Amino acid sequence: MSSLYQAIILDHSRHPRNRGHLDHPTRHSEAKNQTCGDSLSADLLIRDGIIEDIRFEGEGCAISQASASLLSEAVKGKPVAAALDMNTDDILALLGVELSPNRLKCALLSLETLKKALTTDKITA
Amino acid sequence: MDNSIKNRFPIFVARPGLVYLDSGATALKPDTAIEAVSGYYRDLSANVGRGLYRTAEETSARFETVRERAARFVGADPEEIVFTRNTTEGINLLEYSLADRVTEGDVIVVTALEHHSNFLPWKRLAKRSGTELRIVPFDIEGRLNPDSLREHIDGRTKIFAFSAVSNVLGSVNDVTALIRAAKAINPGIITVVDAAQAAGHMAVDAREWDCDFLALSGHKMYGPTGVGLLYGKTALLRTLEPYQVGGGMILDSTSETPVYMDAPQRFEAGTPDIAAVLGLEAAIGFVEEIGTDAIHSHEIALATKAAKRLTETFGDSIRILGPATRENGIISFTMDGIHPHDIAQVLGERDICIRAGEHCASPLHRELGIPASARASFSVYNTETDIDRLIEGLKGAVNLFKK
Repeated sequence: MSSLYQAIILDHSRHPRNRGHLDHPTRHSEAKNQTCGDSLSADLLIRDGIIEDIRFEGEGCAISQASASLLSEAVKGKPVAAALDMNTDDILALLGVELSPNRLKCALLSLETLKKALTTDKITA
Repeated sequence: MDNSIKNRFPIFVARPGLVYLDSGATALKPDTAIEAVSGYYRDLSANVGRGLYRTAEETSARFETVRERAARFVGADPEEIVFTRNTTEGINLLEYSLADRVTEGDVIVVTALEHHSNFLPWKRLAKRSGTELRIVPFDIEGRLNPDSLREHIDGRTKIFAFSAVSNVLGSVNDVTALIRAAKAINPGIITVVDAAQAAGHMAVDAREWDCDFLALSGHKMYGPTGVGLLYGKTALLRTLEPYQVGGGMILDSTSETPVYMDAPQRFEAGTPDIAAVLGLEAAIGFVEEIGTDAIHSHEIALATKAAKRLTETFGDSIRILGPATRENGIISFTMDGIHPHDIAQVLGERDICIRAGEHCASPLHRELGIPASARASFSVYNTETDIDRLIEGLKGAVNLFKK
C-alpha cells in the first residue's frame, strides 16, 4: 500500500471539490509550478472580507490537485485575513501527510494561487 | 548480460531490491570506480602538478595517465582533453571562452532536443552578444535531420550546438552527418556536441564525428560525480581564453598581460577533483572491459522488451515518446489520467527508481505539447526482472488512481 497516497488525497484528487470557474468572480489568479508544469487558476467571490465562493481549475499531479480541493473547502466562508495567514503547515495538516521538498512544491501551488488571487486587484465588471 | 555484471555494483548488496531505472540521471558505480576514489584518499591524497615528493609525483603521473586514457576513449589526443566538473561546466566554459567569436548580427543555432545545459548557455550568450538564437526542431521520431539544417544554418552562423542523444526521447542523432551538413553550409562554423547521454552507452568518437568540441559527464558513464570531459580540437582549444584563472594554469602572472599555460592546462585552474578523475579512469576501464557495443545492445534489448510489455499491458492508455523502435536504454512515456510525478512516487515507494518531470528539457516538452513525462532508463546492470517490477509497479499506480 502506498504511504503518500492516503484515502483523503486519492479522494480529493479523483473527485476535486469546488472545481471549475465562477460566473462572476471578484478575484482571479493563475500560477504555475515551473519545474513540473503543474498549473492552477483560482476564481474567488469575496464580499465584505469573506470568501463566499471559490473555484480552482488546473492540471497536475494528485498532490497539487488534492491540495487545491482541500484548501478550497478550508477557506470557503472564511475571512480573507484568515486565508492570508495560512502557511505550509496548514496545507500539510489538510493533506495529512509529510512531503519531501520536491513534492512540497506541488502541495503549495494551491496556496500560492489563492494568495495571489487575494492580493490581486479586484475585478471590475 | 548476466548477473556477474550486476554483482560488480556494490549498491545491490546494500539494497538488493533496488530497481534502478534512472541511469539517464546518473549511472550506478562499479566496485573498481568506488575503490579508485577511496584508494586515492587512502593511499595518495596529494595534489597534482606541484609537489616533489613521491605521493605528489605519483598523483600527477596518474592524473595525466587518465587524460591519455580518456583521450583514447573519445578518439582524441591527450592535449585535447580538459577535465571539467561535468557536461554543464564544459558547455559553460565554451559559452565564456567563445564569447569573443560572436558579434551582433551573428547567429547561434541550438535544437529543441537540448537539455538545459546545452540550451541556456547559448541562450545567454546570444542575449549578451546581440546574436540571434535559432532552434532546430526535431522530427517525428525525435531526431535532427541533417537535410533540414540549411533552413537554420547560414553563413552568419558561428556556433551549432546539439546533443548526440536526447535525454528524454532516447533518439540517437547521426552526429557525423549533422556536422558534415553544417560544415558544408558554413565551413567556419564551430560545432559543439553534448555527449552526456552517449558516453558509456555507445561509441563516442570525436575524430569520426569531426566535431570541434564535445562535452560529457563522468557520472553518467559509471564514474564518480565531479568530473567531466571537454574535448576540443587542438587548433581551436589553444586559441580560447581561459574560463577560470588561478593556480595551475599560469606561466607569468606578474607581467602586465598574464601569460597562461597552453591547453588543456589553461582551462584547469585550481585543484581538480583528483579522486573523481582517478575514478573516471576505472569507469572507462569498466566500459572498455564490457565493450560499448555490448552495453548498447543490452540497453536496447531491455528497452525494446520494456516498450513491448508496456504497450501490451496498458494499451492505448500509455504513450511512449520518441522513436518507433528503441535506440538505447531510454524510454519515456505518459499515462492517461496519472501525472508522471504520481507514477514516479508510487514506483519510488516500491524502490523502483524512474524519473518524472521535464528532465531539464522544457523546450522539448513544450514542442511535444505535454507538461511532463515519466522516464525509465535501462543500463548495463538492469535485467528482465527489472521490467517485471516496473510493469507491476505501474499496474499498482493505475489501480491506485483509477476513478
